[in-house]
Amino acid sequence: MDFSDINFSLLIASLIVAATPILLAALGELVAEKSGVLNLGVEGMMIFGAISGFIITIETKNPWLGFLCSSIGGMLLASIFAVVTQIFRANQVASGLALTLFGLGLSALLGQSYTGIKPVAFPDMHIPILADIPVIGIILFQHDFIVYFSIFVVFLIYYLFRNSHFGLIIKAVGENHDSAHALGYNVILIRFFTILLGGALAGLGGGYLSLVRVPQWTEGMTAGAGWIALALVVFASWQPFRLLIGAYIFGGITLLQLNLQALGLEINVALLSMSPYLVTIGVLVFMSARRNKNSLEAPKSLGKTFFGL
Amino acid sequence: MKIIKICSIILSTFFVSSFAIASDMKVGFIYIGPPGDHGWNYQHDVGRKAVDDAFGGKVETVFQENVPESADAERVMTQMALSGTDMIFATSFGYMDPVINVAKKFPNVKFEHATGYKTADNVSTYSARFYEGRSVIGHVAGKMTKSNTIGYVASFPIPEVIRGINSAYLAAKAANPNVEFKVIWIFTWYDPAKEADAAKTLIQQGADVIMQHVDSSAIMTVAEEEGVYAFGQASDMSEFGQNAHLTAIINGWAPYYVKRVQQAMDGTWKGGEQTFDGIGAGMVIIGKMSDKIPANVRKEAQAIADGIASGKIHPFTGPVNKQDGSPWLADGEEADIGTLLGMNFYVEGIEGDIPQ
Repeated sequence: MDFSDINFSLLIASLIVAATPILLAALGELVAEKSGVLNLGVEGMMIFGAISGFIITIETKNPWLGFLCSSIGGMLLASIFAVVTQIFRANQVASGLALTLFGLGLSALLGQSYTGIKPVAFPDMHIPILADIPVIGIILFQHDFIVYFSIFVVFLIYYLFRNSHFGLIIKAVGENHDSAHALGYNVILIRFFTILLGGALAGLGGGYLSLVRVPQWTEGMTAGAGWIALALVVFASWQPFRLLIGAYIFGGITLLQLNLQALGLEINVALLSMSPYLVTIGVLVFMSARRNKNSLEAPKSLGKTFFGL
Repeated sequence: MKIIKICSIILSTFFVSSFAIASDMKVGFIYIGPPGDHGWNYQHDVGRKAVDDAFGGKVETVFQENVPESADAERVMTQMALSGTDMIFATSFGYMDPVINVAKKFPNVKFEHATGYKTADNVSTYSARFYEGRSVIGHVAGKMTKSNTIGYVASFPIPEVIRGINSAYLAAKAANPNVEFKVIWIFTWYDPAKEADAAKTLIQQGADVIMQHVDSSAIMTVAEEEGVYAFGQASDMSEFGQNAHLTAIINGWAPYYVKRVQQAMDGTWKGGEQTFDGIGAGMVIIGKMSDKIPANVRKEAQAIADGIASGKIHPFTGPVNKQDGSPWLADGEEADIGTLLGMNFYVEGIEGDIPQ
């Protein structure tokens, strides 16, 4: 066995690509959960985004339009969830699960005639000068637009909850919707916004899967990525930068175990296959254990129905 | 009067139904994935359509796609049998126990199970000697690699897959003594994202020819993007890699399906049979070879295929040792069918362990 066979800068570059769909979906869910909405339909929104983006890209030959439509697709599904849970006040857990099943089924139906087709390639953006730096250039500056966008969203959400008035309102709604209502904020409207934003990001993550990472359409191709995103939000204790680390660790260990296998390492393969889940949970739990307690808790109104109208 | 009326109704139903059975045979197929996968399921569906064409209106075919290898398979086959299907082709390894269970309940329905080893009075199995095809593409891979590293994306550690790796390795080694195999097991038949990740990993570790024993065309797509070579699995996949696609192992189920349905109609169909055909019988077809392969290599590969078809060449011919160095085949000795069907070891020269 020879570890020099592993090209670590390429490994890190591809783990960023592998983690991007989960990262995007998890960021969307983070915002929704901050406003007190638990949407278990991430998997459904992702896969619906994957097929919407794929169909549009095939039909228009324009991947940019495809990504736009995968977001819109995710938002469409999210809007069903928003109407059902916010206006008709249905149970969020049950509605979210239903949304996942609905998304999986609907995407399979729409995608029937789109299996075995290759979408137009989505170009990498080599950032001038920076891309030519050895090692770091390969790792960071030769990705496509969506990868940069996902990292930008991490910063944006960090800023939103740290420094902005609007972020404070979202947090207020998520911590105590009755108080927020009493202060004059429109709880339903704000939650509608966060649910739709969550849907757009989940859909975009799904689109990245079918347009860049694989790239082709297959039924059920998200294969549980939405559930991993949901778990990451909790383990990252609703903090965007931890989410970024968690997603990259997950992607990294997934690829590392493939690399170790290719080297012919004598470790139980089943153990290697479950290692991404174990290590990600382990690291995030460890990080949480060292912080003060208040910053780790879930929004107080998470999953509760608002009856304040 | 009443009795006559009832009798005539019973009689007429009897005539109608017996008439229907005599002129019409219904054949069902169950697939593990979508027939649009351009791989494994696609070829079974080609076989189904061949049955449609061969018998015109006399045989009706039905199919069910995306049937999981679980209790769902039993439910689907039971439903098929109840709705008057006379013969069912179950086209994936994992349908084995469901087929045996359902076959017990419907002794008059004929079952054909692909790649399994359990039979019954109304269950026959069929499989192809894919390893013959792997020997041919193994030779091509050995000649085409410049880095002397061949990547292999494998599904489950079952004898069929291990046989394929060994056969490809022996042929590649014979063509190029410096060749090295890197194998990744991904424990699924069909997960494009995982297949793509595995292929990318192999390429990053220096492989410039990728072989696969998983079903989707994702690996071909990756190979095309990364500028390396790959082979079509089960179907010709050249549309996914104009430059990457060297040739393909194509599964030719059509002749077998037509033959077995004909036998069922003639009343000569028998259960308990185990068919294991290869290039000679047309169950394994070597696809069109790419211009990227030098002409002399194309010729050599064709000669190997022809030799295997005529029985002159056996992919597993001694001297061959097992991975641990213990002798398996003596000089000139050919592997027996029992060892091949239960193969659970690598041959000498392949690194790494087979996961248990």
